[in-house]
Order: sequence, then structure tokens, then C-alpha cells
Amino acid sequence: MSEPMVIAEGVHKSFGRLEVLKGISLEVRQGEVMCLLGPSGSGKSTFLRCINHLEKIDAGRLWVDGDLVGYRQQGSKLYELRESEVCRKRSTIGMVFQRFNLFPHMTAAENVALAPVHVKGVPKDEAFKRAAALLRSVGLADKLDSYPAQLSGGQQQRVAIARALAMDPRLMLFDEPTSALDPELVGEVLDVMRRLAADGMTMVVVTHEIGFAREVGDKLVFMDAGAVVESGDPREVLANPKHERTRAFLSKVL
Amino acid sequence: MDQSTATRDLSQAGLPPDQIKAVPVRHPGRWLATLIVLVIAAVVINSVATNPRFGWGTVGHYLFSSQILEGLKITIYLTVVSMAIGVVLGVVLAVMRLSPNPLISGASWFYIWFFRGTPVLVQLLFWSFISALYPKINLGIPFGPSFIHADANHLITPFVAAILGLGLNEGAYMAEIVRAGILSVEEGQTEAAQALGMTRLQTMRRIVLPQAMRVIIPPTGNETISMLKTSSLVSVIAYRELLYSAQLIYAVNFKQIPLLLVASIWYLTITTVLSIGQYYLERYFGRGTARELPPTPLQRLRRNLAIRHARVPLPASESSGRGVGVP
Repeated sequence: MSEPMVIAEGVHKSFGRLEVLKGISLEVRQGEVMCLLGPSGSGKSTFLRCINHLEKIDAGRLWVDGDLVGYRQQGSKLYELRESEVCRKRSTIGMVFQRFNLFPHMTAAENVALAPVHVKGVPKDEAFKRAAALLRSVGLADKLDSYPAQLSGGQQQRVAIARALAMDPRLMLFDEPTSALDPELVGEVLDVMRRLAADGMTMVVVTHEIGFAREVGDKLVFMDAGAVVESGDPREVLANPKHERTRAFLSKVL
Repeated sequence: MDQSTATRDLSQAGLPPDQIKAVPVRHPGRWLATLIVLVIAAVVINSVATNPRFGWGTVGHYLFSSQILEGLKITIYLTVVSMAIGVVLGVVLAVMRLSPNPLISGASWFYIWFFRGTPVLVQLLFWSFISALYPKINLGIPFGPSFIHADANHLITPFVAAILGLGLNEGAYMAEIVRAGILSVEEGQTEAAQALGMTRLQTMRRIVLPQAMRVIIPPTGNETISMLKTSSLVSVIAYRELLYSAQLIYAVNFKQIPLLLVASIWYLTITTVLSIGQYYLERYFGRGTARELPPTPLQRLRRNLAIRHARVPLPASESSGRGVGVP
């Protein structure tokens, strides 16, 4: 069996008095595609954002690729990581957002080449060559010089995926990548993700696309009210949900 | 217009063939308003042209005189340097103001409170009299030895006093403008940049500030134009900018009105130039927000001419392919 990429042990997170995550424990292995499913407000997106330390966890432990997220442990003591260390770790984790979050003042190619140039120090012409290749691989060879506002939602999301891939991430996080898209455009984004999964990328995907979870997912985790209700093989969980809550949810979305 | 050109017009405009031809609604009110405006304009122009006390001859005589041009140069220089100080200071203060550290944001708040809360005229006078408060200025380790000693009277010349007064005051206003700009950038932008591994500084410089510019530029243009005119306050500390140069001349020849007109004409001219510059700056920083950049005035002019041109029956070569009934 492959090495674990993400390990969560009793992860807690509160916003003020609202406890959003109530002890999440799970494991994602290298090359695995894990789909997080659940009603809105169940904490799936928050958990995803904890993985690359966009949110600080309050209790529990979270490891990515063998390192604690956000801290360094020496003996029994935890030391907070410096900004540069957090940034280095984040640069190995790609993230794709529901609202794309492309940089609107840059062209598609500039969006993709930005982080390699300024975070990794890749020479500019090299970064742009790579950006062109990546954009071609997501089917946007003719959109290098387009600004995000000139692209459709599906095209924007594909640029966003290329932008994340430009950093050669070890792990990709997808936060409802197709929820803001017209139904017609969902397919083109899922196709790119499907290919990524086939290439062996480790992926954690928050999604409402049951079909994608069933077809591509290696593991499905159903969350509700900040806790994992049920997890397992997607085909198994979707066909025979064990918990009442899972059944109720699936009956509404299927 | 014969039938064939009419049809061609329609096909060129891409309109359906069954174009509506209706008698437009009449607007007698508009005609009346136009008439009133024209009459008022005629009265004003007549009075400006015929009242000899305007002294247009004198205006023409002094408009390009070396004293006035020297003053104009100083006014522009003051404006540029003060705005540069103001913008840099404004960015620093705005970033400080948004800092999670309460001492840092508090310091920025205090600065803005102080410099926005006192008249710039008072500040200018204050800086020009600074030697009364601190006759000697020393630079060195706080509470320790100092390395550089200067006499305030030598260090704070009228020019330095003017720059300090205008620039430090402007910093407070720019800080609020920049802060509004930074806050206008969506949170998701910062998150996306951070998720890529960019530091907070990189995120600010590469992602947030360039987008904030779209919000920052228009009020900054306003501030620059305002600064151009506010710089005339420097005349109270006897620094020879545009207004004071004009005042020095009319103190001798008593032709106040023509010389004030000379100054006004120059202020108007520079303001116009600045407005044009602002338009192009806005256009540059607006890239990516619209599907297409707005046309420059030159492009618009060319397009309008082209349309007007197209209305006139075209020679066959230019309308070939689209025209109807043209060989």
C-alpha cells in the first residue's frame, strides 16, 4: 500500500463559538482521490482549507506529506512555523476554488506563470513556456493572452487548475470546483480532473458531483455537522449507505 | 438618398430589413433650455471680450514671462514631489492601518487623525517656523549619541517646509484612499495567492495593490489636481511658486486682475493635462476588468469619423461584399 499523503487526527476548528470541525480523523494515501461529500455547513470546505493552513486548527494533528501542518514538533513542544516555511509547504499543495479566484489583471498565461517565477524563482521565459504547455493540456492553447473576464466559467476554472499544476504540487485540493459553473460547462472541468486522477495525482475533492465521486473517487467521506459520518469505497457508500443521515442526504441529491 | 444606398445602410448596420420609421417625439423644453443657455453664454462672452479691465493685452504679455514660467515650474515640481511623498506615505500608512498589530495600526490612525485634523495652511506655517521649536536638529541613536547635527534654519528652507507641509498632509489623505482600494480587492484573491505559496508581501505587491489601483487612481487624480492648487498656499511662506510669482509682479505694477488671470490660465492648463493623464492611467489599470478596453479619445474620434464616412455613399471598393446593388 502507498504512503499516506494526508493524515488527520481529531482535527477541531471553531470560528468564535461556532464549532465547525468536531474531531475529523481520516487518511488520504498517495495517488488516491478522496471525495468529501455533505450538506453545506458540514465543514468540508473548512477542513480542506486546514490542509494548506489557510485556516489554523485548534486541536488535533494534521500531517501532509510527513510534515505537521503549520507547526514543528520538537520533543513534546510545538513551534509555530515561520511565514516562509508555511509558504514553502503551501507551494507543494495546489488548490482550486469554487469561484476560480483567477487574478483578473493578468492574462491566462501570466496567471499560470506567476507563482513559478515569484515563488520558485523559475526564469520567466521558461515559466511562460511551461504555462503555455499546461494551458494546452487543459485545452486552452488559444487562450494564453486572454484575460479571465474574456473566458467562460469552465475555461476560467481550467486556467485555475493549470495555475495550481504549474507549481508541480504533490497534492491537489478542489473546493467545489464545479459548483459555480453552468451545467453545460461542468463536464469540461471534470474531464480535466479525471485525467489528473488517471495520471496518479493525489486529490482531495469537495464536491456535489455524485457521478464524479462514484467514477473517479477511491474513497468517499460523508460529513455532517463537523464530523465524519461515514466513509469508504464510493460505490459501496453510494449504493448502500449505512447511516440514516447519509441515506437522507443521498436521497435528495441523487 | 436613393433606394439602393438606403438598403446598403441597413445592411451595414446589421439591422433587420423592416426598419421602423416614426415621427420622433418633439421636445420643446429642450429647445427652450438650449436657447437660455445660448443667451447666457453670449452675455458672458460679450462681457469678457469687451470689458477692458480684464486687460487681455497684459495677460498675453505676462503669460509666457520668465518669472511666471519659473513659478509654474516650481508649482509643478512642488506638486510632483509632494504627491510622490504622499503616495508612498499613503501606501505605508494604509498597510500599517490594516496590520493586525494594534500598536502599528494605532500609530497609523493617530497620524491620519492628526494630519487630517489640522488645516494644511497651519501645517505649512508650522514647518516654516520649526526652527523656533527645534533650533538644532540631531540625527543619531535615540537617547544616545548623535552623528549629524544641523541648524534647523539651514535645513528647513522654504522649499523643504513646503514639501513637508504638503507631502505629510497628503500622506494622511492618500492613506485612506489606498486603504479603501486594498479593502476593495476580494478576499479570494489573497487566498489564491497564499495557496500558491506567495508571502504576504508578494501578495500585496503582485496581487492586491495592482487591483486596488483601479479604485485608487480616480481619487488620486483628484488629489493631484487638488494638490496643484493647494500648492498655491505655499505663497504664504514666501516661496515663489506660480501664485506668488504673479503676486510679486502685481505688487509692482498693480495689475492684479490680469496677473491672477495668467495664474488661473496656467492652473487650468496643467489640470487639463493631468486629467488626460488620469484617463490613460485608469485605462491601463482597468485592463482585465472589462472584456474590451474603453477606446482612447483618439480611437473614438477615428471610429466616429469612420462611421460618419460610411454614411456617405461609399465608393464600390470599400463597401464590396456587404453592399447591395453595388457591382
